[in-house]
Amino acid sequence: MSTQTYRSPTRKGLGYAALIVFALLFIGPFLIQIVTAFKTDPDATNHPLGLIPHPVSMAAWKRIFGYSADQSVPFGTWLMNSIIVSTCITLLRVFLDSLAGYALARLKFPGRRLVFAFVLVTLAVPSVVLLIPRFLVLKELHLYNSYAGMILPIAMDAVGIFLMRAFFLQVPASIEEAARIDGAGIFRTYWEIVLPLVRPGLITLTILSFQGSWNEFSFFLIATSDPKYNTLTTGLAKFGGGSLGSGNQFPVTLGAALLSTIPVAILFFVFQRQFVRGQISGAVKG
Amino acid sequence: MTATDVRPEAPAPVPAPAQRPKRKRTAEDRRQAIAGWLFVSPAMIGLLIFMVIPILLAFFVSFTNWDGLSSPITGDRKFVGLHNYEQLLTRDALTRRSFSVALKNNFWFVLIVVPIQTALALWLAILVNNKYLKGRSFFRTAFYFPAITSSIAITLVFIFLFQGGGAVNAMLKFLGIKGPNWLADSRGLFHLALSGVGVTKSPHWAQHQILSQSIWDWFSGPSVTMVVIIILVIWTTSGTFMLMFLAALQNIGEEVDEASDIDGANSWQRLRYVTLPMLRPTLLLVLTLGIIGTWQVFDQIYLTGNNPATRTPAFMSFDQSFNNNQFGVGSAIAFLLFALIMTLSTLQRRLVKEELD
Repeated sequence: MSTQTYRSPTRKGLGYAALIVFALLFIGPFLIQIVTAFKTDPDATNHPLGLIPHPVSMAAWKRIFGYSADQSVPFGTWLMNSIIVSTCITLLRVFLDSLAGYALARLKFPGRRLVFAFVLVTLAVPSVVLLIPRFLVLKELHLYNSYAGMILPIAMDAVGIFLMRAFFLQVPASIEEAARIDGAGIFRTYWEIVLPLVRPGLITLTILSFQGSWNEFSFFLIATSDPKYNTLTTGLAKFGGGSLGSGNQFPVTLGAALLSTIPVAILFFVFQRQFVRGQISGAVKG
Repeated sequence: MTATDVRPEAPAPVPAPAQRPKRKRTAEDRRQAIAGWLFVSPAMIGLLIFMVIPILLAFFVSFTNWDGLSSPITGDRKFVGLHNYEQLLTRDALTRRSFSVALKNNFWFVLIVVPIQTALALWLAILVNNKYLKGRSFFRTAFYFPAITSSIAITLVFIFLFQGGGAVNAMLKFLGIKGPNWLADSRGLFHLALSGVGVTKSPHWAQHQILSQSIWDWFSGPSVTMVVIIILVIWTTSGTFMLMFLAALQNIGEEVDEASDIDGANSWQRLRYVTLPMLRPTLLLVLTLGIIGTWQVFDQIYLTGNNPATRTPAFMSFDQSFNNNQFGVGSAIAFLLFALIMTLSTLQRRLVKEELD
């Protein structure tokens, strides 16, 4: 829509009104979440809509960060596990996917088309179908209930290979040829010359992988049963879903949920452009 | 190192003797072949071990009665042939009844979520694409933000909002409406609407059973609890699809709009006859992704509790395996779901192809 749409003032007003109502609907739940995290339990239950905590309470946050007498819910452990697992998955993905992506974009080797077709096929597997298969392989390899078991299966990912290949294809071939003529080996050319040129791709893949693994739930649910491996998602789900007896403790639940949203939100606001690119390419995965 | 460091070295064509490049190329070929396989093999071996072989293993398990405790390959399990699939599809008993209810729940979920999220995403994209709009990037960010958060975090927020005495019911009360107990109400929406006009019992013709469920039950519509998940999913996914439409709209560019402006088309005509036809490939992509995604809904179902009126095949596959130790049945459900998703997305892709040809 261009100039004509909002020519008349009434239509213009209506358009803005609709946008503002929708923006409120999209942001409102987050506002309520933030406010509730500073309420007392009875205040949250009795005044769910109240936008001013009365009284303002830090109890939920003290409990989340371990400064309260009630140590029954190990939020710190969940946070640590989320950080460890997401960081390892992200590093592995960026390393493996850029190597494979480079080979598929640039190196001529027998079977390249077959490998690429294989990547495309794995791209099409819906992730919900993978829960039982992944549990089976973790059992067989004795990786069930271990960090390695939480990291390796989802570090193997075809989307990233596909994404990196597309970025490498955009680098002019002449740059590498020049380096090769100067006598640099294939790995050195890749590592020192081509990789720095696809930095936007690396950032996109890092964000996509970090966000994906930070928010991952169902896989961690089936990869572990020992509570010491709970991440923010699995821990929160078991706590908020009631199996750890959260009852009406909404401030602490919503506070911890907020805490789990913050790292991804920061990434989003810092790297909006790359974030959006990653989301779109990630969504194309079936 | 950045691009500027490299560039000065780039244009250095060395005139070589006629024979040298040829010999060099074969040595280079070998080097590239070795390097190529070295580069791809870590990722390929990883995908084989953690994706392809496990899928084959799970397919095998779907023909056994494995209980999840021993080893699926060497352990204590019996080959039961098609038994698990028969239980789900042809044997009229409890398992088929639960599967049928799960299919119904997910069917209504898909049927409502996909059209609404697509239309909403398109509408928001068109509004936000207006370059005279003040605060464009604010609106874009606001609509997209729910899409980046974890499904668990956001579902917990919705549980708080929709609990019996929660914010939504407080708001409805303000409007003079008594809200339902959203998270524990398994009544179907269409059944509720019918009872509103006095139809509370199944008419005779609707008692015919299909997959262990009467026609009346098939047409219950989504349960009240499922409506909460429907709202939640529309709210979280519209932003992503809005971005896809936005990217496509920006590709269309302004010339087309201006051309139709000159032709005197009003905004509705322009949307209907100019913009929509050009967005067709994106529209079909968004619909396909929507269908693939909505048939896999799991996290939100897990979190809103084990309620028969929200169970989906994906959840049932998990529940049968990990809570009831019937991995054979669980795997069979997973593969039926796989087949369903593949069939639907192939159909869609064929449609897209026809559209493009």
